[in-house]
Amino acid sequence: MTTPTMTIPTQRKPLRLKRMRKRSAQAERSLFRILLRDKVGLAGGLIVVVVALAAVLAPLVAPYDPTAMSEWRLSSPNSVFLLGSDEAGRDLLSRSIYGARTSLTVSITVIACAAIIGVTLGLLAGYYRGLVDNIIMRFMDVLFAFPTLLLALAVVAALGTAIENLILALVIVFIPTFARIARSAAITLAQEPFVESARAIGARDSYIVFRYILPNALAPIAVQVTISLAYAILVEASLGYLGLGVQPPAASWGAMLASGKAFVEISIWPSLVPGVCIFITVLGFNLLGDALRDSLDPRLRSQA
Amino acid sequence: MLRAIGERLLSVIPVLLGISIISFFLVRLIPGDVVSSILGQDFGDPELEAQMRAYFGLDQPVWQQFTVWFSALLQGDLGTSMRTGRPVTTEIFELFPATLELALAALIVSIAISIPLGVLSATRRNGPLDSVGRIGSLAGLSLPNFWLGILLVLVFSVQLGWLPSGGSSPFAPTWGHFQYLVLPAVTLGASLAAITFRMTRSSLLEVLGEDYVRTARSKGLREGTVLTRHALRNALIPVVTVIGIQAGALLGGTVVIEQVFSWNGIGSLVIRAISQRDYPLVQGAILFLAVFYVVVNLVVDILYIYLNPRLRHK
Repeated sequence: MTTPTMTIPTQRKPLRLKRMRKRSAQAERSLFRILLRDKVGLAGGLIVVVVALAAVLAPLVAPYDPTAMSEWRLSSPNSVFLLGSDEAGRDLLSRSIYGARTSLTVSITVIACAAIIGVTLGLLAGYYRGLVDNIIMRFMDVLFAFPTLLLALAVVAALGTAIENLILALVIVFIPTFARIARSAAITLAQEPFVESARAIGARDSYIVFRYILPNALAPIAVQVTISLAYAILVEASLGYLGLGVQPPAASWGAMLASGKAFVEISIWPSLVPGVCIFITVLGFNLLGDALRDSLDPRLRSQA
Repeated sequence: MLRAIGERLLSVIPVLLGISIISFFLVRLIPGDVVSSILGQDFGDPELEAQMRAYFGLDQPVWQQFTVWFSALLQGDLGTSMRTGRPVTTEIFELFPATLELALAALIVSIAISIPLGVLSATRRNGPLDSVGRIGSLAGLSLPNFWLGILLVLVFSVQLGWLPSGGSSPFAPTWGHFQYLVLPAVTLGASLAAITFRMTRSSLLEVLGEDYVRTARSKGLREGTVLTRHALRNALIPVVTVIGIQAGALLGGTVVIEQVFSWNGIGSLVIRAISQRDYPLVQGAILFLAVFYVVVNLVVDILYIYLNPRLRHK
């Protein structure tokens, strides 16, 4: 009795894996192609790439040290300060480029951590159901019950404004969304025949969850990652504006806007430049996220 | 329907309990000690320290601190502000009407912009208006609301001088009061409108593709009647939920927008309390806003059950 069930899986598994790999490679290719065809999504992707490059290459592309002060305070754009200077005579262009570094470092770290923790919790809840599901999801409900910005604000207020605390606060805020998405995907996938057969051949739970369920749940998670990045940048900027983000003299877009607002009647540039940076970056991620969702949602694809 | 409502009501209890536990421990997360951060440089005087510790009940075991705090909470006692010495609830209820006023005004602005635009956009799908609406809403989603506020100040206060750049006055049905409300409400409302617009548009598009809409059209009803009597009624159901979820964004948004426009509400209170390290006030205000948010969502969900005929007649 045992021999046939032993031999069938060893014959079938490599076949299935090869097929799955082939299928996912096809999916990636077509995804890339759809993205290329979607002009708007492509524009979003380009924006993201440019901002990311500016952030990574900040020391090379920024004309000045972002904290270097000068006596030309609140100047309008000129040949020395291409985008003007702030109230301490610092170059707004250089500060904005370093601001991209702050903003992306914080938001990418946050979303990476939140996605890993949230997805793991969600997969566990959706795969095991029962008590595990109840405990995890009730806790997520409580976190969800706080308005996003307020929860981040509360954690930063309690822990202090160090960058690690800022990141921790935002991770906590973003975990529940990922948990919910992963959970609902896991619930559907756990009933699929291929998961059932994996279980029948005696695969371990962790193997099933990470090799069979997770790869098939990646599409909605990828969309959520992109959209959450956009949102994380906005929340980070809001906290910065409230004085609870990355502390000066480090450059952060939100904090730059807060100090710029005080001088809005003298010079509009400090109130304008960092805002445009936030807007363009967030728009880039949103455009990319929209395009990804449209291309991954078969219903929308057939409509287009 | 009653059963569904009852289940929804019960589901709120663990969430409220969780919120209280988190709010309680939030203050205990503070690195070091609340006492040391209050006393500041006076820290080191053991007698004063012990007095303070006893005053805040910090010499008790944590679970005992929690039961004391929680039973006080159930009686509506959130403690006293460390700065003013007044009850936290008094401080909150004094400023809450201003926040509520701003939030409601913003909600009205957002609905007034988003629903008509969403309907026009969906009924003229892929037309020029639809494109403008879609691009506009994506831009709205990407715009940090506080920056929009700064831009509006720049145009309407600094350049044109039409409206004050900030401040607030006690509620009164006069222009003297409402002139302060216009810019913050438009700022907050515009950023919310983007989400509601997208929801209205996609929901209506979906409904317009349904069979019963085709039936209504084919029996010769005018397009306007089809839209108002058949399509919109169902299309707006999910929009109600989205508006409810936005209550959270609205409350979080007021914190920032109140700061931009020096609007004296709970948001300003929270920020002030944080910078003054007035922990009972921070704790109380955050707890209050979270509970308020849960209640709003509860009401919206019940409304959803009521509005949705499929759930209503269950």
